[in-house]
Amino acid sequence: MTDTISKTDDRPVTHSTTPVIWQIEIAPAGGQPDRLALEVTDSANDMQLDAKFRVAAARGFLVQGDLTESDIAELAKNLLVEPVVEQCQFGRLGDACFDSAPSHAPESSGSQRVYVLPLPGVTDPQAESALNAIRQLGYNVDAVTTYKKFWTSSLPDHETERLHKKVLHNESIERIMLDRLILERLDLGNQYEFQKTDVALEGLSDDQLMSISKKWQLSLSLVEMHVIRDHYAALGRAPTDVELETVAQTWSEHCSHKTLAGRIAYTDDSGTRHFENMLKETIFAATTQIREDLGSQDWCVSVFKDNAGIVRFDDLNNVAFKVETHNRPSALEPYGGANTGIGGVIRDTLGTGLGAKPICNTDVFCFAPPTTTYDELPPGVMHPRQIMKGVVAGVRDYGNRMGIPTVNGAVYFDPRYVGNPLVFCGNVGLIPHEKSFKEPKPGDLIVSIGGKTGRDGIHGATFSSAELTEDSDITSGGAVQIGDAVTEKMLMDVLLAARDHGLYTAVTDCGAGGYSSAVGEMGEEIGAEVWLEKVPLKYAGLSYTEIWISEAQERMVFSVPEENWEAFEQLCAAESVVATVIGRFEPTGRLVLKYDETVVGDMSMKFLHDGRPPIIREAVYQSPKLETKVTVNDKSTDEWTGDLLNILGSLNVASKHWIIRQYDHEVQAGSVIKPLVGANNDGPSDAAVVRPLLDSQRGLAISCGMNPYFGDLDPYHMATSSIDEAIRNCVAVGADPARIAILDNFCWGHTDRPETLGSLVRAASACHDLSVVLQTPFISGKDSLHNEFSYTDDDGKRQTISIPSTLLISAMGQVPDVKNCVTMDLKRAGNLMFLIGETFDQLGGSHWSLVNNQSGGLVPTVNPELARETFSKVHQAINAKLFRSCHDLSEGGIAAAAGEMAIAGGLGLKLSLSEIGLQSLAYSDDEELPLSYVIASILFSESNTRFLIEVEPENVAELKSIFDSIECVQVGEVIAEPEFQIELAHQPIIQTDLASLKNAWQSPLDWS
Amino acid sequence: MTNQPKVLVLRAPGTNCDEETAFAFEQAGATANFMHINELVSRPNTVNEYQMLCLPGGFSYGDDIAAGRILASQMETALADTLNEFHAAGKLILGICNGFQILIKSGFLLSADDDGLPATLTWNDSGRFINCWVNLKADAQQCVFLKDVDELYLPIAHAEGKFVTRNDGILNQLQSNHQLALTYTEGGGAGNGHFNPNGSVADVAGVCDPTGRIFGLMPHPERHIDPTHHPRWTREGLQAEGDGMVVFRNAVEYFS
Repeated sequence: MTDTISKTDDRPVTHSTTPVIWQIEIAPAGGQPDRLALEVTDSANDMQLDAKFRVAAARGFLVQGDLTESDIAELAKNLLVEPVVEQCQFGRLGDACFDSAPSHAPESSGSQRVYVLPLPGVTDPQAESALNAIRQLGYNVDAVTTYKKFWTSSLPDHETERLHKKVLHNESIERIMLDRLILERLDLGNQYEFQKTDVALEGLSDDQLMSISKKWQLSLSLVEMHVIRDHYAALGRAPTDVELETVAQTWSEHCSHKTLAGRIAYTDDSGTRHFENMLKETIFAATTQIREDLGSQDWCVSVFKDNAGIVRFDDLNNVAFKVETHNRPSALEPYGGANTGIGGVIRDTLGTGLGAKPICNTDVFCFAPPTTTYDELPPGVMHPRQIMKGVVAGVRDYGNRMGIPTVNGAVYFDPRYVGNPLVFCGNVGLIPHEKSFKEPKPGDLIVSIGGKTGRDGIHGATFSSAELTEDSDITSGGAVQIGDAVTEKMLMDVLLAARDHGLYTAVTDCGAGGYSSAVGEMGEEIGAEVWLEKVPLKYAGLSYTEIWISEAQERMVFSVPEENWEAFEQLCAAESVVATVIGRFEPTGRLVLKYDETVVGDMSMKFLHDGRPPIIREAVYQSPKLETKVTVNDKSTDEWTGDLLNILGSLNVASKHWIIRQYDHEVQAGSVIKPLVGANNDGPSDAAVVRPLLDSQRGLAISCGMNPYFGDLDPYHMATSSIDEAIRNCVAVGADPARIAILDNFCWGHTDRPETLGSLVRAASACHDLSVVLQTPFISGKDSLHNEFSYTDDDGKRQTISIPSTLLISAMGQVPDVKNCVTMDLKRAGNLMFLIGETFDQLGGSHWSLVNNQSGGLVPTVNPELARETFSKVHQAINAKLFRSCHDLSEGGIAAAAGEMAIAGGLGLKLSLSEIGLQSLAYSDDEELPLSYVIASILFSESNTRFLIEVEPENVAELKSIFDSIECVQVGEVIAEPEFQIELAHQPIIQTDLASLKNAWQSPLDWS
Repeated sequence: MTNQPKVLVLRAPGTNCDEETAFAFEQAGATANFMHINELVSRPNTVNEYQMLCLPGGFSYGDDIAAGRILASQMETALADTLNEFHAAGKLILGICNGFQILIKSGFLLSADDDGLPATLTWNDSGRFINCWVNLKADAQQCVFLKDVDELYLPIAHAEGKFVTRNDGILNQLQSNHQLALTYTEGGGAGNGHFNPNGSVADVAGVCDPTGRIFGLMPHPERHIDPTHHPRWTREGLQAEGDGMVVFRNAVEYFS
């Protein structure tokens, strides 16, 4: 290392004398709402706490430093308090003045004062910003902490415990203090005594090896422990602790996807197939095939190798797309889990090629129904309503602060997500053609920028490869984090500027596994030496291993040629971003870790990346034997109408405006088709369209498809249906079907069970088959396995809840001219309605079955060739401006789609479905179909590749000529009256009005 | 002065509407440059090369403590004289969303008296961030940016946009001075009575200083420039341009 690049040692120091801490407490001024108390009351109501419960709240800052009382008065007045709406008091920490209750505190005496503070070391962005701002004003301050304070009315003891643990604070990130704050100091850290630690593995029994794997949370299997032991035995030494951790991180499921990218022996009805690399031979293979078929027209740029997949957008730019999951952290701390989830996937696109500029987010969630009662909850599980509120707030606060519009999403509810909520966060980025690839060079400096390193999230990568239990919230506390969006925004600003100045040769994000994964991956082909003592720390006392594997957020690693370092550092400094040289890529093929010149790790890149022992996993699929004919009772018009209203009001279909309106979906000023559309800006758009370039009319359409219910019947058809749904959503708004790229996210249960893995392999095969025919390439993907929750029930029995097999397909389509886009809201009375596509009696896994508690039935399938042709014709018709509105048919079939179009357009519909030729697959030709069965199938079947469209009467002839070979049936007309009628075989089946439809659809999730 | 006035678009940690705001100014005929607050603080005189200063939307310093609070305090401390001179020279200052919050909280828009600042922007009544479109009514008498404007249709996207004055007297004074330049209104569309999205007193959405040359507003005019920005363009047809354009054009034409 040369002196020119070493930075001054700014490691935090520790103090010995007792410091002075000031307390500044802020409450709403008279007449202003007590927001914090209202939030608590809301959660207390959710928790069904005593209805007489009352609470008042305040928030505050603790400031440790060399300050006088008049300094504090100035700070309060000029920085911390808004005098127009707030009042405050201040004094020394724990002063008696903080004991008196404010005028708005609950009157019932016996009330308690509860202080809530972040646990030491948990990211507290408010405090961090306040600290910097106070210092900027010229004061000498060591540390700042924020707190919340509640005056609560008295409750029975067990209720008080619930209040404290479930409402007022989350033990994984916060602590409470009663009555008065007592703290010695706010700054963290202690002196670190460097000591290199070896871990002797030789001669250990299998039990001893596994106990090391478990105790250290390495999540390494016995076979893997054997390989490590033997590798070091051959080297004639014991591994150091940091070497063992590095292997565990690199080989973790989270980082290496060893299950799906591994050997699998798959057996189903048609025999056994051996995969060397399952993903490579299914999904990747499909993309490879498509690229070969396209030849010189290939528009894929970089697939399945970088942090995100990249495809061509226009003459100058490509687009990158990635969707990640952040399930386990979100189960324990929904707010932090979701906001670090979105923060992480944004760093994925920022870390793709030489850095893509994020242009929009997509977020999809799976929860247990918010209507779940407390008695139904397994122990150790948070209520789904609380999880949902926390997750939405987490995505909102991070996405909005990043200035990236959140334009698309979906929420699915199923009781089996109770212990394992799923949180999918996606990001699209724009990247110039010439910046789409990276290659670190030998001799380049390893530079880390952004956040500092603390003990945050240690073992996140290995933790996410393990199963959740009711004790997870205790043992995995270190894996839970809070994001700091403004730090990432600052990082993003300098990254894009440095990219445009050509100051670095490679970049990647610091995600799971921290520097261990980031440097390990970047240096895989070269070798690297890392100087761990150089890493800027949040507080002193971290060991070299903790520095190496910490998953502290908002950090990225760059490979910077030495001659560019000065410019790079200046650019960062100009925007107050910390940049530090932490090592160098050395052409040694080795990963060398040093702490203060002592080598603490020295491993061959080859062993790290290729040394993992292959495992052959068994996978089995057996199709379930299900009744294919669904029994449908005769129903009255009121009952059929009730079915439709129940479907519109079912949680998956119901309006998500409560969520959507909390996200900024218009920042960057590229919004073309918003998530909510129509006469009152409140109808459900099929896909969002954005223009990523302010001066261009070329757009991107973002949509998704997901059908977990179909997966219970057949994972193959779940996968094809999800692909079809994602694509038809995109096509419905105007995307060119020849320019749609898709992503896969598999969230499955325990794939160590052959039948669970078998269902995944079957779904992956389906992805391959349909993708190739549609010529729709998968460009990236991610999996999250072992989504199961185990607990001991009241009878002392061990219970396990596995999530439904869940495949999210995310689609990114391209719209050549956004002015051709179409929305789903009805436009004008007198226009005619047509159904495009074929209808089958496929009620299996449908929402009609859901609201009627029906099981069985046939699952919707996709006819690949027909789907390809249909999508192409729909696009042709949209470009010819023939559709006034267009909506894809999904949950609830044609009845629900028509209802949504009417709601959105504020116009009535009069439909006659007699012309729809129902094709029965469950009944043979000579069997007579019961009328009620026909009605249910036509109205509510979720057969794929169908669209309901609105056409002006004068365009019907042209429409017919385009859809000459595709089923396109006139089904009714738009009417001015706010009525909604469907008839079949000249009988009224559904009869209702717009207000009833809208109320059914909007009210279930219309939370305050 | 050239006929192409220059606007300085200020950036700070967490600013995020800078690019589209600069684009809107350029569409209106201005030349737009970006500058980071660190640079402006170290070389305050550079602002004198400009005719207009714009504080765009975003979450400066994460909106930690309160929206716009930290940047407001930084500007008050480091740039008070610079900006007062800039304004006194007959130049324009525009604050959009977070920029409005900063202008209010720094006292540049409405000066503090012995009892402190006369008004602030605080949490929406809902307690949440909200993104939706609003109908707006202009009081164009004083505000340079709203010259000849009657109504606007623009999106809002904020958590802390509720305008509150210290007392009714201040509010009445602002009203009679024509400083309450923009208010939420039922508008021509199908109203549902919830036209005021955040609970602002007197439905205030934007305020100007007594000269009309400093203007702050919560809605985002830069997000309604292109006709396809309109949420109902697929049913109502494409306008020639978005409603927000006039705010930037008025600013540019002020110097012609």
